[in-house]
Amino acid sequence: MKTIIEFDHFSFTYRSQSEPTLRHIHLSIQEGERVLIVGPSGSGKSTLAQCINGLIPFSYPGTWEGNVRINDMDARELSLFDRSKQIGTVLQDPDAQFVGLSVGEDIAFALENKRVARPEMSHIVERVAKLTDVDHLIDSRLNELSGGQRQRVALAGVLVEEADVLLFDEPLANLDPVAGSEAMALLDRLQRETGRTLIVVEHRIEDVLSIPFDRIIVMVDGTIIADDHPDAILSNDSLMNAFLREPLYVSAARWADIAVQPQDRPSDLETFVTRFEREPILTKLEEEAVTIHQPTSPLLELEHVQFHYHQEQPVLERIDATFEKGTLTTLVGQNGAGKSTLAKLLSGYKRVSSGTIRLNGEDITNQSIADRAKKVGFVLQNPNHMISKQTVHEEVRYGMQALGLSDEEESERLEQTLRRCGLYPFRNWPIQALSFGQKKRVTIASILVRQPDVLILDEPTAGQDYRHYSEIMDFLEALKQDGMTLLIITHDMHLVLEYSDQVCLLHGGRIRYAGDPLSLLLQENLLHHAHLKQTSLFTVARHLDVDVKPLLSAVIRAERKDRKQWQ
Amino acid sequence: MAVEMLGYIDKPSPVHRLTGTTKLIGFILFTTATMFTYDTRVLLVLGLFSIGLFSISQIRFKEVRFVLVFTAIFVLLNALAVYLFEPEQGVTIYETRHLWFEGIGRFTLTAEQAFYMFNLILKYSVIVPIAVLFLVTTHPTEFASSLNQIGVPYKVAFAVSLALRYIPDVQQDFRTIADAQAARGVAVTQGSLLKRARHSLQILIPLLFTSLERIETVSNAMDLRGFGADKKRTWYNQRAMTRIDYIAIGIALSLTVFSFIVTFYDGSRFYNPF
Amino acid sequence: MNSFTTKQIVATGIGAAVFIILSRFAAIPTGVPNTSIETAYAFLAFMAVLFGPITAGLIGLIGHALKDAILYGSPWWSWVIVSGFVGLGIGLVANRIRLEEGGLTTKKIILFNATQAVVQAIGWIVIAPVLDILIYAEPANKVFVQGAVAATSNILTVGVIGTLLLVTYAKTRSQAGSLKREA
Repeated sequence: MKTIIEFDHFSFTYRSQSEPTLRHIHLSIQEGERVLIVGPSGSGKSTLAQCINGLIPFSYPGTWEGNVRINDMDARELSLFDRSKQIGTVLQDPDAQFVGLSVGEDIAFALENKRVARPEMSHIVERVAKLTDVDHLIDSRLNELSGGQRQRVALAGVLVEEADVLLFDEPLANLDPVAGSEAMALLDRLQRETGRTLIVVEHRIEDVLSIPFDRIIVMVDGTIIADDHPDAILSNDSLMNAFLREPLYVSAARWADIAVQPQDRPSDLETFVTRFEREPILTKLEEEAVTIHQPTSPLLELEHVQFHYHQEQPVLERIDATFEKGTLTTLVGQNGAGKSTLAKLLSGYKRVSSGTIRLNGEDITNQSIADRAKKVGFVLQNPNHMISKQTVHEEVRYGMQALGLSDEEESERLEQTLRRCGLYPFRNWPIQALSFGQKKRVTIASILVRQPDVLILDEPTAGQDYRHYSEIMDFLEALKQDGMTLLIITHDMHLVLEYSDQVCLLHGGRIRYAGDPLSLLLQENLLHHAHLKQTSLFTVARHLDVDVKPLLSAVIRAERKDRKQWQ
Repeated sequence: MAVEMLGYIDKPSPVHRLTGTTKLIGFILFTTATMFTYDTRVLLVLGLFSIGLFSISQIRFKEVRFVLVFTAIFVLLNALAVYLFEPEQGVTIYETRHLWFEGIGRFTLTAEQAFYMFNLILKYSVIVPIAVLFLVTTHPTEFASSLNQIGVPYKVAFAVSLALRYIPDVQQDFRTIADAQAARGVAVTQGSLLKRARHSLQILIPLLFTSLERIETVSNAMDLRGFGADKKRTWYNQRAMTRIDYIAIGIALSLTVFSFIVTFYDGSRFYNPF
Repeated sequence: MNSFTTKQIVATGIGAAVFIILSRFAAIPTGVPNTSIETAYAFLAFMAVLFGPITAGLIGLIGHALKDAILYGSPWWSWVIVSGFVGLGIGLVANRIRLEEGGLTTKKIILFNATQAVVQAIGWIVIAPVLDILIYAEPANKVFVQGAVAATSNILTVGVIGTLLLVTYAKTRSQAGSLKREA
């Protein structure tokens, strides 16, 4: 087999940084291999990907030590243009990659740059669009596509170049679970049919391993700490050392004291699940106490809420819902189901067309956005949309403007909130120097400091690795324990199952389900609407013919115990 | 805050069938002709032509009414401003003075002024329908290739395409940011001028950083797909010129030549009936 | 044209989109008829410092022409050209203000403001009125008064808001290495 990519004694330091981001990388990837690169944020996995596709050093210069060879050529001698013919990259955010005004135009982008003649171009575009199943969308514009379709267009735009290597940077980051598993299946099929080299950078291991890989490379702090077959990686503690989440069924096996060994093929759920035996697990489960959610008093109530733009079809129809004090509700549903609109109605960003919203029994339907926002805080998905000051304390303090507090009161609340959010040590930092997760916390703090009754968050964990995801969620859970009522828009099943007391499923502008998360996941037809998927624990429970609920809480508890060791 | 903006309106008309390049050339020739002439006869001919083209395009008045009303108000206000500043501009231009009303003080009304303002309004009335027509009958995907074909460097042409691509995204960003600031009690529409300026900064700064980040991601994505490596590029959405295109360009060209000859044969861009 | 990098092209396109949105939604009425605080020009001046004369010139041209076309149906060419000129002119001098090197000093702020004031004065008080007279045969005193009002308001806008944008941007570039956690 031919070596297609080779890193030898390679280190890289960005020009703006003093410490190297990649250190002593040794790595060789063979033609036709399927390689999964995993690691927490900041581990250097994206930097490694940029060294492969050429953004380093062409767009991000820095100090380059050692060698990188691509197809036996020194990577530094290949221009970005040469490199694009050998390595096709699908970026994390398919929207950013979509530079055309229509699907056809976007797929053709690379061909236009190579001056392919028009008749030939349409021919190639048609063929590739068929391959990724977007041929019926050729004339559509970006806003008419779902997340999954956007990614398939991005993939088609890369496939037209016939590059030997396909590189995916966090392909699952912007997709719901169903679209994610469809995307993985498409990659699987394409790789099998064309024999190209496939490199995937991801940290959601359970979801990515829904298709087979030849190798997993684990990165921590700019170095490779493990490079082996998935079965071997899952059998040792590399993922744990990298603060990554193992597939849930592997955690379940460890909890049930089942040895995880390469020969049992732990990377393949269907094979590995036969290792579970019913009796010992039943015994273990008997020790597990399942907590049942106790109803408290209703805080926020919606009655017959309806919303539409001008004369158009209603975006939300006949919404009746109750959010209890001190609970966490997740809001799920496909793109365009009306989740964000509902959040905006609650927080006063938009006015309801008809219906009533009550808070603590008081009708707040027609309050202005400024008044409503004092009671219902809304944390947007993109922190950059909210941050307008330079330093952490300025930004959080600015949240209190127009509340009419005295200076002492402001300072007191500021300090209290900063400490609560773990931002106190960073209070004088410029916000742009913070990590994404820290920025997110600044935006949460700037809302919390207003002491609202309800906190709504739009995808607070999107793009976060396991450790940051857990940090944010544990923090939100602590807020809940203190009596805060939370409403979270998400398509993360783990979040829904692990943290929410109630889940609301929106579909076609209506609430199709409101209640216990687990019961939602057991109803196939509803799951389909929600674009959610059962996790691997459901497969394990089915195999064992045991109730999934205690199994779930047992594994969650075991995982939390493991996470304690990180601090 | 619903905004009506002009955009492509799909219709099965001969105007739509012309390539973007033809329409762009026609638009440029026509605007140039109207820009230079102040000759009433030429303007009337061009105006008739512009109305004729509009009816062929099958675009209904209703569909573009908001822009036309908006522009009409603007043109009338501008004409009023011209009058207020220089009530006898027409007298200067036509070098005669036929007084209609004495008026109050300097605000007289002369036949020359009336005729000058009639021409001023006519000039816009001729240009706007054609410009609107160009916008609503040319698919945005054809814009860039058309610009490139008439000699604009492709990198600049592509920037125009990017602008069209990202207007909705930036508008979305802007609205989200404005809402988030409004939720904190920051209102750009209230308070003293200085306060409003300070509040607008609260929106400008997040928009700036969001846009800079977007610029970085998009330019990486384009680099990775080989943009800009060659001196030329082809265009997926470019259509081949047909006979009807050449005929249309021919008509636009003769109209322009006609307008220049009639306008300038006597050495003045004004038609002087006095 | 070959030195026109992809990043500058994207900055041109997205910059033009921002220019359009700001002109449409973020213009603050002053109370004086037909005069508003055009925050779009503060943004344009900022982009001129960051990306240079060609990018900023094109943002002015494309942004203003598209804005007029989309909102009024037809570009008002004389003022479109001035927007391009303002971007280009500020970019030519202000491009020397290297924000990344040594931060934003008072000297740089003065250079920026002197440039923008001169460029905009020429643009709005000389070029725009002259083009209006040549193209539209409008009375001289009307167009010069309009030009003077636009110049005053835009020079002030860029002077205050544009400078603050630069200051904010420069502050965020401060070195992460010098930061320490505080107890």
